[in-house]
Amino acid sequence: MYKIISADFLAPDIKRFIISAPKIARKRKAGQFVIVRTTEHGERIPLTIADSNSTEGTITIIVQGIGKSTKEINSFNSGDYFTDVVGPLGHPSHIENFGTAVSIGGGVGAAISFPTAVALKEAGNHTISIIGAKTKELVILEKEMRDVCDEVYVTTDDGSYGEHGFVTTKLKNLIDSGTKIDFILAIGPLPMMRAVAELTRPYGIKTVVSLNPVMVDGTGMCGGCRATVDNKTVFVCVDGPEFDAHLVDFDTLMKRNNTYRDFEKTALEHFSCHTHQMFDAAVKEQN
Amino acid sequence: MPELTKKERMKIPRQVMPEQNPEERRSNFKEVNLGFTEELAVMEANRCLQCPKPVCVEGCPVGVQIRDFIKLVSEGDFLGAAAKIKEDNVLPAVCGRVCPQEEQCEVKCVTGVKGEPVAIGRLERFVADYERTHTGIRTATVGAPTGKKVAIVGSGPAGLSCAGDLVQRGHSVTVFEALHEIGGVLIYGIPEFRLPKEIVKAEVEALKNLGVEFKTNNVIGFSDTVDELMGEGYDAIFIGVGAGLPYFMNIPGENYNGVYSANEFLTRVNLMKAYRFPEFDTPVFDCKGKNVAVFGGGNTAMDAVRTSKRLGAKNAFIVYRRSEVEMPARVEEVHHAKEEGIEFIMLTNPLEFIGDEQGWLRGAKLQKMELGEPDASGRRRPVPIQGSEYIMDLDMAVIAIGNGSNPMIQKTTPDITHNKRGNIVVDENTMKTSKKGVFAGGDIVTGGATVILAMGAGRKAAGAIDEYLKDPSVW
Repeated sequence: MYKIISADFLAPDIKRFIISAPKIARKRKAGQFVIVRTTEHGERIPLTIADSNSTEGTITIIVQGIGKSTKEINSFNSGDYFTDVVGPLGHPSHIENFGTAVSIGGGVGAAISFPTAVALKEAGNHTISIIGAKTKELVILEKEMRDVCDEVYVTTDDGSYGEHGFVTTKLKNLIDSGTKIDFILAIGPLPMMRAVAELTRPYGIKTVVSLNPVMVDGTGMCGGCRATVDNKTVFVCVDGPEFDAHLVDFDTLMKRNNTYRDFEKTALEHFSCHTHQMFDAAVKEQN
Repeated sequence: MPELTKKERMKIPRQVMPEQNPEERRSNFKEVNLGFTEELAVMEANRCLQCPKPVCVEGCPVGVQIRDFIKLVSEGDFLGAAAKIKEDNVLPAVCGRVCPQEEQCEVKCVTGVKGEPVAIGRLERFVADYERTHTGIRTATVGAPTGKKVAIVGSGPAGLSCAGDLVQRGHSVTVFEALHEIGGVLIYGIPEFRLPKEIVKAEVEALKNLGVEFKTNNVIGFSDTVDELMGEGYDAIFIGVGAGLPYFMNIPGENYNGVYSANEFLTRVNLMKAYRFPEFDTPVFDCKGKNVAVFGGGNTAMDAVRTSKRLGAKNAFIVYRRSEVEMPARVEEVHHAKEEGIEFIMLTNPLEFIGDEQGWLRGAKLQKMELGEPDASGRRRPVPIQGSEYIMDLDMAVIAIGNGSNPMIQKTTPDITHNKRGNIVVDENTMKTSKKGVFAGGDIVTGGATVILAMGAGRKAAGAIDEYLKDPSVW
């Protein structure tokens, strides 16, 4: 059992957890992930480690509640326990002094790109962060990024905050205005990562993406997380999770991510129904 | 009962083990075999000739004293029989179910020369079940504490048997497991209908009672390296991590939705309990009314195809590139699969998978084969028949053609020598690796094999580890 030290919402449906996991806190490097299982009935959910504190023995994960399992994670609070947390898994990010490095985080991807942005800064890069969100209230980690990066830009799809547009709009502006970019890490929804890859391809800018396919064990044992990179099959859990964006077959990956769409609907309905029943029962008990 | 003569013993027919009828069982996950009753067990035990030199024991990788435990069964002393087996085998309820006895002990049985061999596996199973259900698993005695610490990496059959032997010799034993449950392939791989998980859990509980400590969620190589374990004060380490990296066929279309490795399909169903979705959160492909093909001919392929039938598949096929004679699966598993309505397509190999616009599997292009000259494995090599290609409609496919070795430990511990296939190289008598204090056994050494061979390797290593701990200067 892994104790939740603190849990707070950063934005609607986006929650930050600090979890007691001393061994993982000591070992983890930027870019690695953990697998969390909420209860004995839970799925194994891969989540990138957003931060850690080896003195306190804690790790930070930031979760967006979309499907049943992530919504269930977000129903946990400070003082609760997750049944299982295992890691650190996957290869750490490849960090070096590239020169100017841009970390792009779309939605909750800002959280996933944060540790690598920190590591890139520590390695001596001029570090630029682009945070993208649908709307103002979904912008996360802006302050944390500003504490670390040399330049921070925020874009919102609806223009309610920062610059109006997508992360790619801002990236293109930077490239067009003559900013010399040597390395890009892009993390977010697959369409965003693909758009970044297509934008930078003609410029030949080294671009890395962190993939988050469906996983089960996370140790290479099942092959469920396979993706096509450079026309070869890779297991994202042990060969990744970060890959050269210009070699990733995003199309297959998007299709594979739809495998359990119908099940996700059922699970969510079952979950909401169950939550309502629990609520009704609690009300009944109180009365 | 008066002592039976040899002739009388030979006259008793091999007793049939009751099983769930095929119509019923193909839609549930309950165990297929129901086990002997006491009467059947005693009757079967009376078939044993009590040979002065029991050759059956030579066929057992862990050396169970078969003749002696069967004598106790024939006398009705079932608990005594259980204790006798436990002297050599820490997991009898598991082995009684999944060992290929027909190739090991039973093939050597003298009674089998003219008739059918004594049903040693079924008796072992009966005895272990009798003990568990009547008195609870009784723990063996543990030697005086030696003060030595051993780390075991992997909680599958190799690790569990090694742990059992070492703890009995008074060593302090900690088992590290990557997943959230103990048992390795016994939990994630072998289905409930062949090996109920309650039985594995009971055997693991018995080891806990002996003092073995289990740590789940520890992926050695990531959570800790072998060297870090050494640094934490372990005097010896046994690596029994299995062969956990599924082979795919590297044919076009293998990444369509609905194509699984056997490991993934079985892990979702067995470990994650997807067959009870949405009570359990993990889903698996909805097989109801669908066409399913499993490619491969081993026990894992049988497990996968029988699982798909239980999940509601309309047509479930085994597609194998050689003929039925060459299939590595146990005869009993093939027989059970056929009874449950599994169709066998032999001498056929897939060339590519076919999918739709949305990325879903729709079929496979297959090619017929014929048998040519024997290959390196001694089996006749399948040769493609040109022009025999045809399309088979499919909704789900499972690739069950074996596993390579997971490179996590070898990558993070370069001084452990491995061969070009990634298997750890050991001295076959002592299971010592190239790194002092580190032993290895099971599928990580041999490549994919059986539960009992892994247990045999675990035992052999335990003996060598015990010697090494007594005198670490000898390596």
